[in-house]
Amino acid sequence: MSIFVDENTKVVYQGLTGSQGSYYGRLNAEYGTQVVAGTNPRKAGTEVNGVPIFASVGEAVEATGATASCIFIPAAGVRGAVMEAAEGGIELIVAITEGVPAHDEAWFYNKLKRDFPNVQLLGPNCPGIISPGKCNIGITAGHIAKPDGPVGIVSRSGTLTYQALYELQQKDIGVTTCVGIGGDPVPGTSFIDCLKAFEADPETKAVMMIGEIGGSAEEEAAEFIKDHMTKPVSSYIAGVTAPPGKKMGHAGAIVSGGKGTAAAKMEALADAGVKVGNNPTEAGELMAEIVAGL
Amino acid sequence: MDLFEHQGKEFFARYGMPVSPGDVAFSVEEAVAAAERIGTPVMVKAQVHAGGRGKAGGVKFAPDLDAVREHAGNILGLDIKGHIVKRLWIEKASDIAEEYYASFTLDRSAKKHLGMLSKEGGIEIETVAVENPDAIAKIWVDPVDGLSEEVCREWVAAAGLPDAAVEGAVDILLKLYTAYVDGDADMVEINPLILTEQGNVHVLDAKVTLDGNSEFRHPEYAQYDSTQVRDEREAAAHAHGLQYVGLDGTVGVIANGAGLAMSTVDVVSQAGGAAANFLDIGGGANADVMSAALEVINNDPAVKSIFINVFGGITRGDMVAEGIIEAMRRVDIHSPIVIRLDGTNAVEGREILAPRVGDDLMMEDTMLSAARRAVELAK
Repeated sequence: MSIFVDENTKVVYQGLTGSQGSYYGRLNAEYGTQVVAGTNPRKAGTEVNGVPIFASVGEAVEATGATASCIFIPAAGVRGAVMEAAEGGIELIVAITEGVPAHDEAWFYNKLKRDFPNVQLLGPNCPGIISPGKCNIGITAGHIAKPDGPVGIVSRSGTLTYQALYELQQKDIGVTTCVGIGGDPVPGTSFIDCLKAFEADPETKAVMMIGEIGGSAEEEAAEFIKDHMTKPVSSYIAGVTAPPGKKMGHAGAIVSGGKGTAAAKMEALADAGVKVGNNPTEAGELMAEIVAGL
Repeated sequence: MDLFEHQGKEFFARYGMPVSPGDVAFSVEEAVAAAERIGTPVMVKAQVHAGGRGKAGGVKFAPDLDAVREHAGNILGLDIKGHIVKRLWIEKASDIAEEYYASFTLDRSAKKHLGMLSKEGGIEIETVAVENPDAIAKIWVDPVDGLSEEVCREWVAAAGLPDAAVEGAVDILLKLYTAYVDGDADMVEINPLILTEQGNVHVLDAKVTLDGNSEFRHPEYAQYDSTQVRDEREAAAHAHGLQYVGLDGTVGVIANGAGLAMSTVDVVSQAGGAAANFLDIGGGANADVMSAALEVINNDPAVKSIFINVFGGITRGDMVAEGIIEAMRRVDIHSPIVIRLDGTNAVEGREILAPRVGDDLMMEDTMLSAARRAVELAK
């Protein structure tokens, strides 16, 4: 088993006709993902790498039975693209695009909660989601992930997501699903959404969680872990040495008003029984110990 | 993107909020001329991206032109929390009866907009939040609904503003919310929002942070880019489109991805050293980007060694290796480079680098061993 996506997931790519969309769409298809459609109102009826292009997500869903979408639309169009996917009947929207205005994110987060409560949005500004050996939606290099579990990964940062997959692969540990929730201020999917899903997934036996400075998502996750998780968790928080008041690349990664420090997050997680490493390698080693004891 | 007070007031004025007339001055003469135009008494206010200006002596009342001359001379060049004052805002002085506080920002936890209003303004809101949290009336606004006048009135009532201030406050708060949303601000703050002796509610200070991601729909933001405060290194990196934050250490850091770059700074510290910077080269680690990154780091005199930490996901290791070799051809690097290369085509990348390995270029297998090596070299 895996969470959110598996070998049966059919995906429509919004922006498949663009350079990024066509490139990663092809890589995802080569990995084995069911890339069934692309959208572009001006290029309906054409094909990209053999994948049919439709005028809208709604038409693509009707013709192909797609249940997931992957957004490679420029930032200015993401708000429209997210709503088009939800209105078109998509259940999982994966928004890869970075640089989406925070007000747009806050708006469509609340709009989805209200009008499309069953739609799961992942991102924006995320690497995507991979259930190794089954389905890879987004920009993760598939070959760095070993399939078949028992570990689930959830991460706020792109390259650290790869680093986490790689640390486990080096130790011959497989992954059920790896979710990159993205580093923006209003992520569609939270750590808790993923922890909940991993807790419910019988194949996932342990979870590795990669966080970073800024906000309080890790502290909230720690509360959830303390009260609801029976499966062991290892973690790493990036930005221990980050100075306050400076955005570290990600729009969300900033220590402000003494809040959102790595130290506070690490302490909250340790209090919840999480094995906290000081760097990705340590978090991987801690996970290897957990897996050895399963 | 942080705005100076006077830019924030211009921003607010565009949304119809009442602000005082004033002028920007870069010298004592300009300050005096501005005060002459506006008419004394005026306030002489330091324009820096830092709070606590009043306490630091950066805000002064000037009853006449001599006082303007004296205060402007004292405030220009003043160091306020590490920010040197280079510009002043000269504005018509107001008769203050009461001082309030108002702001909107995104509550990332609630995923809604948070409005804060207090009748105890004029001081830092963090202090009020700690010492008298009940004095702050908070509302959470759903971005889909927006802020209605009815809700705004209830909010003002909850804050306990006096009757004389209610109408003016409601008007300003509704406009402030519009400015916050339509202007794509991360944060808008008025501290103080004042009630004048004459009974008017008025904006006396403005703190505005704009969301740089929304620049595509705000061409007017371009004017603020040039007034951002960056140190020399940050300015050079910004010109190359690199994500750079200057730090105080001696190990120059280059990594792909914000998370990995932060993590690299962390492991340098864990190895007993300190990073000179955070630098994220993103996904496209080609020769141009790598050259630009190395050039920026190379120009930092504090740097004693350079740690390049790349995880090839979609970025291919062989491309990164070629980028580094090409960059070393173009730029005369003063410090030894330690490289850790993993992920896609890392083997090919290491093969490309192998013939160049020597005292100026070293390869390590892991992030941790590379950090230790770089720290050792920086000693």
